[in-house]
Amino acid sequence: MTTRIVELRQGILKKNDELARGLRSRFEGAGILVLNLVSSPGTGKTAFLERTLRELHSRGSRVAALVGDLETDNDARRLAASGAPVRQINTHGICHLEAEMVGKHLEGWNGVEVEQLDYLFIENVGNLVCPSSYDLGERIRVALLSVTEGEDKPLKYPTLFNSADAAVITKMDIAEAVGFDREAALRNIREIRPNIRIFETSAKTAAGMDVWLDYLAEEKALQVGDPRFQNRDLGHHTGAQR
Amino acid sequence: MHELSIVSSVVENVIDSLEKYPGARVTEVRLKVGALAAVVEDSLQFCYGIATDDTPLEGSRLVVNIVPVTVHCNACGEEGAIESLQSFRCPSCGEPASDVRHGRELEIEAIEIEDPQEVKQ
Repeated sequence: MTTRIVELRQGILKKNDELARGLRSRFEGAGILVLNLVSSPGTGKTAFLERTLRELHSRGSRVAALVGDLETDNDARRLAASGAPVRQINTHGICHLEAEMVGKHLEGWNGVEVEQLDYLFIENVGNLVCPSSYDLGERIRVALLSVTEGEDKPLKYPTLFNSADAAVITKMDIAEAVGFDREAALRNIREIRPNIRIFETSAKTAAGMDVWLDYLAEEKALQVGDPRFQNRDLGHHTGAQR
Repeated sequence: MHELSIVSSVVENVIDSLEKYPGARVTEVRLKVGALAAVVEDSLQFCYGIATDDTPLEGSRLVVNIVPVTVHCNACGEEGAIESLQSFRCPSCGEPASDVRHGRELEIEAIEIEDPQEVKQ
């Protein structure tokens, strides 16, 4: 019997990261801008996404959404009202989406060819912790925060906010009524993720949606046409794993 | 609570690496976990017992080495550990710093095994 130390030095989520890399190159090759939306339950991800899908759809963009939930297809049915194709991913108890789940749901859409899309939105399971570790092959990770949640949420969940490429504040229409301290919220987001783009929105009144949609269009243009894109730093959120 | 998923991935990876050591039993697994990896050590330890049951890892120790978060500062060029996870600023000059160099690690560093084979291949 010999006791020995075997050096492994390998990523624990190596399998997920490899699948995500494959998805990312597939999405980029086809010119699809893919976003991963992460927030607590109740932030209004679905309402925000519904509005986003509807606006993009009416502008003639080809959009689709994958929606992760522990159980039920309620969100998928809500989102389908926007006219965009939507598919539900039920994780059956798993608190986050993984690249494999995304990969499996890319085939077999009714009448939708994934490679033909302009935008694909992935609505993660409502959770501000667990999705942080799992790269889904997205280009942009969006952290959402509603005005009712407390301005210090970014400080409480630094991992997620630090891994995000954009932050969206939702339910701005009731900001005043709930005494939302806007300056504090912006400061806290930037304290965790300096230079992050922040969007202040209301799915109800559509306030701030135009700025958000313009940002999407810019990112999409960068992905498709700009040769600089090839050398652009892909990022941050899973940097240590890549 | 995704620690169970993380630990299950650890077990899977370790079992794969045992292919070269038939009949070996694992006595220790050493992880490198970044302070920004959103993983709680107590939960890892708790889940480890469950996930290793009936595997060659059963009864082994899990050692978790926490890696501090370091940033590279674009303003002054220094790299260093941030003082708190609530403030991503350069420890030297205090400027906001978004370039995280360490602290997101989720790695298996090494395993200690008891190998029935006397001769190393």
